[in-house]
Amino acid sequence: MTEDPPPVVAAHGVAKTYSNGTEALAPVDLAVAPGEFVTLLGPSGCGKSTLLNLIAGLATPSAGSLAWWGAPSSRSTGPERRIGCVFQSPTLMPWSRVATNVRLPLDLEGRPRADADAAVVRALEQVGIGTFAHHLPRELSGGMQMRASIARALAGEPDLLLMDEPFGALDEFTRQRLDSDLRALWAARGLTIVFVTHSIQEAVFLSTRVLVMGARPGRILASRAIDEAHPRGEQFRASTRFAQHSRALSDCVMAAGAGAFAPA
Amino acid sequence: MTARTLRIVAPLAVGMLVLAAWQGIVTAYAVPAYLVPSPLRIACTLVTDWSLLSRALGVTLGIALVALALAVVLGAAAALLFVQSRWIEASLLPYAVLMQVTPIVAIAPLIIIWVHDTRVALVLCAVVVAIFPVISNTTLGLRSVDPGLLNLFRLHRATRWQVLWRLRVPSALPYFFGGLRIASGLALIGAVVAEFVAGTGGQNAGLAYQILLAGMQLNIPRLFAALFLIALCGVGLFATVLALSRLALARWHESELPQE
Repeated sequence: MTEDPPPVVAAHGVAKTYSNGTEALAPVDLAVAPGEFVTLLGPSGCGKSTLLNLIAGLATPSAGSLAWWGAPSSRSTGPERRIGCVFQSPTLMPWSRVATNVRLPLDLEGRPRADADAAVVRALEQVGIGTFAHHLPRELSGGMQMRASIARALAGEPDLLLMDEPFGALDEFTRQRLDSDLRALWAARGLTIVFVTHSIQEAVFLSTRVLVMGARPGRILASRAIDEAHPRGEQFRASTRFAQHSRALSDCVMAAGAGAFAPA
Repeated sequence: MTARTLRIVAPLAVGMLVLAAWQGIVTAYAVPAYLVPSPLRIACTLVTDWSLLSRALGVTLGIALVALALAVVLGAAAALLFVQSRWIEASLLPYAVLMQVTPIVAIAPLIIIWVHDTRVALVLCAVVVAIFPVISNTTLGLRSVDPGLLNLFRLHRATRWQVLWRLRVPSALPYFFGGLRIASGLALIGAVVAEFVAGTGGQNAGLAYQILLAGMQLNIPRLFAALFLIALCGVGLFATVLALSRLALARWHESELPQE
């Protein structure tokens, strides 16, 4: 029997309290295995983004420890392998063309130009905006800007991809199409993804595992495996299993939210 | 009529109307030229005194341009220094403000006494006046970076240098050009005010000296002609900066995009 590979990221009792005293995240334990698609699901203010920033190494925990690929990392260096990130907004540099934006992680890493350009072309093809390489961000629609943002994260060939409500600002149709494409991309490239959303349907459709989070203070309430076969198409969205998963997650979120307006 | 032609035609029409009224009133009431010269008289003076006035124009414009260039280089350098650390900014910014709020007329005599070469002294005065908007706007711009992009750069472990050149400097450009617009006017004001204080005559006489001299000699048409040239300088400088700003930002920044 072979030994299991170390988790991509493992958190032990990780908590975050901001300097103004706000307890954003109560101690949390979490392990993400290679190839998983884990979704953090919860209402606003439940510490989803805080947890994601901790996983990214963009924030330091006020308690507990984090290890990436089995190795605890010192505060100064952060994780050793490549992490890609897609934020709530596309965060493209408005003065640079799409191709330059997508090449940014490779440029910062010092990758040779020709090599990087080839990776950019591949990434743009993968998200389906290969013909827009020489456009400026403002010339693209919101959905296409988001695709460019995903291409940028993919171009760096991340060992771990973090996505913070990437499609939250998009209309329902665009969101569903991007969800389908993302799911296909995850399967095709064997990505490991941690995804943040407040949409139950999006969480069920995308994930292999959903972690339900609650607020005040932010914490993980429940974990539910979505052990449904790939590929998941439109028929999955309409299936009874989909409804059952959604219902179970919804009950979880609601139970946690009950009494939110009750006097303390 | 397109918006562009409207922007040129409308102010020209207003100018023509005002000049015509001016000419009419001066002629009708026979106002003497030593009080208010007519526009035609000023135009004639511009032609007859051209050799004198053009040399003065060259001097003043030269000082203003050199001062503006220095203000841009030194101001941008100071802003880059300020964003390196809060300590540097906290220690030095008050002095930049002090320099800005002290009236140039009050400092100019000192500078002129201390600096032997008058032209250098005049340039220095103009730089003192023009540099502040460049410093303050560029500093603000270098700090006004999209926090998401900053996180992205940190995630990919960008060096300080990469963050500066690939993120902070491009983000600061719109702010920098805003500062440059103000500085272009101030450089001219600084040059003229300093020249008034210095009162340099001879070969190095600029437009301000010509105004001073014409006033004393009651040569009011020449005074108006010199005034007209100073105003023209200011408009020219402003238009040049506007064109530069458009060249740099038109591709991507909201301020230069066509209005729908």
